[in-house]
Amino acid sequence: MAALGSPVRTLRGLLRELRYLSAATGRPYRDTAAYRYLTKAFRAHRVTSEKLCRAQQELHFQAATYLCLLRSVRQHVALHQEFHGKGERSVEELAGLVGLQLPRQPGGKGWEP
Amino acid sequence: MWRSCLRLQDWGGCLLKRPRGSPICPAVLGPTLQLQTRAYAPPSERKRFYQNVSITQGEGGFEINLDNRKLKTPQAKLFIVPSEALATAVATEWDSQQDTIKFYTMHLTTLCNTSLDNPTQRSKDQLIRAALKFLDTDTICYRVEEPETLVELQKNEWDPIIEWAETRYGVKIGVSTSILGPSVPAKTQEILASHLASYNMWALQGIEFVVAQLKSMVLALGLIDLRLTVEQAVLLSRLEEEYQIQKWGNIEWAHDYELQELRARAAAGTLFVHLCSESTTIKHKLLRE
Repeated sequence: MAALGSPVRTLRGLLRELRYLSAATGRPYRDTAAYRYLTKAFRAHRVTSEKLCRAQQELHFQAATYLCLLRSVRQHVALHQEFHGKGERSVEELAGLVGLQLPRQPGGKGWEP
Repeated sequence: MWRSCLRLQDWGGCLLKRPRGSPICPAVLGPTLQLQTRAYAPPSERKRFYQNVSITQGEGGFEINLDNRKLKTPQAKLFIVPSEALATAVATEWDSQQDTIKFYTMHLTTLCNTSLDNPTQRSKDQLIRAALKFLDTDTICYRVEEPETLVELQKNEWDPIIEWAETRYGVKIGVSTSILGPSVPAKTQEILASHLASYNMWALQGIEFVVAQLKSMVLALGLIDLRLTVEQAVLLSRLEEEYQIQKWGNIEWAHDYELQELRARAAAGTLFVHLCSESTTIKHKLLRE
């Protein structure tokens, strides 16, 4: 079984992601269906006996996978907006990306409009 | 050249047909304006046209409502998913869209749409074959011969997973350094095909998606059987890239971008498989009572 850490940690991470998501609607994250579902599921599957171990791990795996999904989507969107969201860059910006500057000529080059 | 001539003719036609006195400036200005706009602009995104997202339980599954309208698939079928957890996750995806709907971030919705519409009209057999095709060219079965350190790294990281899969399914997979890849015995294909056949159509769509993202059947099996976490599987899938990053440096807008996208896709696919495979849902119900 893969290393997942403690379930509480996973739940905390999930709640943090829900808080980020609820920024879109402006409603408190405790009102969302996802919050209700997650807390209910986590409460229902607290470790009660050894018999349930396997299923609990399965659910914890799903929770960790969902956490990974939410976190990666958030970071992917952030990177997308930073680097790819604006369409094509201007020549000046592109040069700046690799630490260069466009040559400047006093009085212009003669062919600008 | 011809094309531009034709276009000019069209322009002329437009100008001639235009009733007198109407403004022709926009038409004349057209080409110069076009030159100034950028060649590539990102496609416009749809605005968020709804306020509230809710879930209702209908016949045959769970539906998503955007305000008072029911969510539909691209082929205008009703959007119904088999499990509550999946419906909740999809609803969260729709609810978390800010001003515009970014479809490229809604992997679970996309997977559900694919399963509901089945746009390529594939049968179960074809899905299984499509997934198994990756076994012949499985990423973790291809090994390099140089440099030394990478050879060592691949051996240390990939071998345990292959060994696990071989004992778990009782098959022979093997590795290879030749460009033709390992020759996977037909028996292995058979056993894995019959194993995959035990999943339903929805789960199979998810499995095929994960396999295609990770470019590895073995890693996908590791995810389905809870042997690997998504982060581990993605790391193993990109092992050589990670090695090169360590050697030459990380570029945020290429490496990190791809890493996060791959993680998101693999996680969505894995979650989809787990939520859609029958066994999990039965266990849920047993536990709740």
